[in-house]
Amino acid sequence: MAKLIPKPKMTAAEAIYVPEIAKGLGVTIGRFFTNTFSSRGSENNQIDTVDYPEEKRTYPERFRGIHRLTHRADGSPRCVACLCCSTACPAQCIHIEAAEYPAGDPRAGYERYPRVFVIDELRCIFCGFCVEACPCDAIRMDSGMHMPPSTQREHFIFDKAMLMAIPAADGSFETANPRHEPGESSHPGIDRKRGH
Amino acid sequence: MDTVLLLAAVAKILFALVLVLTFSPVLVWADRRQSAMIQDRVGPNRAGIPIGDKNFALAGLLHPLADALKFMWKEDFIPPKADKLLHALAPIISVIPTIAAFAVIPWGDTIWLDHLNEVLPAEPTGRQIAFQVASLNVGILYIFAVGGTGVIGAAIAGYCSDNKYALLGGIRAAGQMVSYEVTLGLSLVSCFMLYNTLLLENMVEWQVLHHWGIWYQWPAFILFYAGSIAETKRIPFDIPEGESELAAGYFTEYSGMKFGMFMMGEYIAMVVSCAIMTAVFFGGYDVSIQLPWDQTDIFRIGRDGIHGLPIASIPYLPDLLARYLPDWVLLGYLPLKHWIVSVLYALSFIVKTTILLWLTLMIRWSLPRFRYDQVMKMCWRYMLPASLGWIFITGMFILL
Ligand code: SF4
Ligand code: SF4
Repeated sequence: MAKLIPKPKMTAAEAIYVPEIAKGLGVTIGRFFTNTFSSRGSENNQIDTVDYPEEKRTYPERFRGIHRLTHRADGSPRCVACLCCSTACPAQCIHIEAAEYPAGDPRAGYERYPRVFVIDELRCIFCGFCVEACPCDAIRMDSGMHMPPSTQREHFIFDKAMLMAIPAADGSFETANPRHEPGESSHPGIDRKRGH
Repeated sequence: MDTVLLLAAVAKILFALVLVLTFSPVLVWADRRQSAMIQDRVGPNRAGIPIGDKNFALAGLLHPLADALKFMWKEDFIPPKADKLLHALAPIISVIPTIAAFAVIPWGDTIWLDHLNEVLPAEPTGRQIAFQVASLNVGILYIFAVGGTGVIGAAIAGYCSDNKYALLGGIRAAGQMVSYEVTLGLSLVSCFMLYNTLLLENMVEWQVLHHWGIWYQWPAFILFYAGSIAETKRIPFDIPEGESELAAGYFTEYSGMKFGMFMMGEYIAMVVSCAIMTAVFFGGYDVSIQLPWDQTDIFRIGRDGIHGLPIASIPYLPDLLARYLPDWVLLGYLPLKHWIVSVLYALSFIVKTTILLWLTLMIRWSLPRFRYDQVMKMCWRYMLPASLGWIFITGMFILL
């Protein structure tokens, strides 16, 4: 059975409607005057708007900004071109071409490096999956910057040099996680080719 | 008619036109900023003139200007199956009558050309100009007649657009505006009876001699106010364009400046109705504070200057006060030249109209929209009988 909800009864003042209008107007007029005749930011003023370009809010610490490729101690990218990030990327906007280190480099045979690393920041949805996926802490979104606007598409295609030129919000190009280079004693020492 | 009078007529027309055409963009601005203030927002404040590296935004006053520019450059879209002629005609029909209605609004008292630069004598002579574009003997009925054609614009716009939303909006607009026209007219009948005239300038004169009409006719004022908001199709009566139901109602198929004209027509109609209310209920150009029980002035800007209570006649006036108050305050009379008084009168009319406009905007941002059946019910079942009843009561009081 449908439950019959009785219509709420109105008092005479409510039915005439004019007093109720006056009440409502009282609220809006009050708001109007407190907001108009108090300076922004003062105690009475209710306007919380941030005047964006002139006044910027600092982003929270874990804000996902534009990507950066972290550096090793010698300035080369930490990325080992494993393609985990481009695989995880739901927008499929990461393009990586892997290459071997030249013979003689201690890293040759241990790991590869990205010859080409391109992120299309227009397609990126800033989900952060790439960061989660990376086993080497090589890609991070801790730059603290949002993508600067532009009218040209090319400006949104970030290549390797560009990604490596972006510092973290604290200005460093490296990360807090230590890196174990081949040949160092802390390196686990697994070699794809030599297999020891 | 000699040249001076002709020039004066042209000047009056220009004055009314310029005033009206500046009112509407300023109203657009006020509408936005005011709503922002009510809703704890900032409102439009960006469009500005860059000079050097500074941006002079003038608190957003330039946004309507930017809007107008945009309107002009937008594509003027006409639906392929629409009636081209009527489609072009509708915005014109809805904006011209509202401007024409300004012809009979008395902005100020009669101007005596030969006494402009002196205090007006008690019995002025010479050439005189009424401070209104035309003094028609049908007076306020002219406004109803002209304003009534506005409904045709909305109805035609809805009919010719070849769009169901527009058609529905047009029908709603026609139904609503025709209904409220009745209440609007009837609510003023009691005022005609009280002032014993149809001429707006005579109504104002009556109020100058007695009290402002609002003291006697406040029910008529409330009815007229509600009716005029319905006439101008503003919230809470904006069902002809109710966005949530009808896209944009009767002007759904309008873009660019044609839409702009509808919008302008709406704002100008608001100014007209507020100007009428100023003239009929708020003493028009009159500036005075009177004792409520008789016609003793506490303060009044009369034709020959500012009158006040003669303070000097108060017994035991403190010496200090008497020494430092200027003479005219003590005597309660400051003579003013005729042109200054005329300017003050026009200003007072404009200020009163502006205050009413402000209140109208306030109402627009306070109340939710009615349903269509509620609007019609309210008109025919409540407001119409109420206005008839008030006519009856006023008639009784006048007879007694
Ligand atoms: S943030 Fe998400 S969408 Fe953007 S590159 Fe990383 S994984 Fe792809
Ligand atoms: S950024 Fe990380 S996940 Fe992506 S390819 Fe390089 S090492 Fe692999």
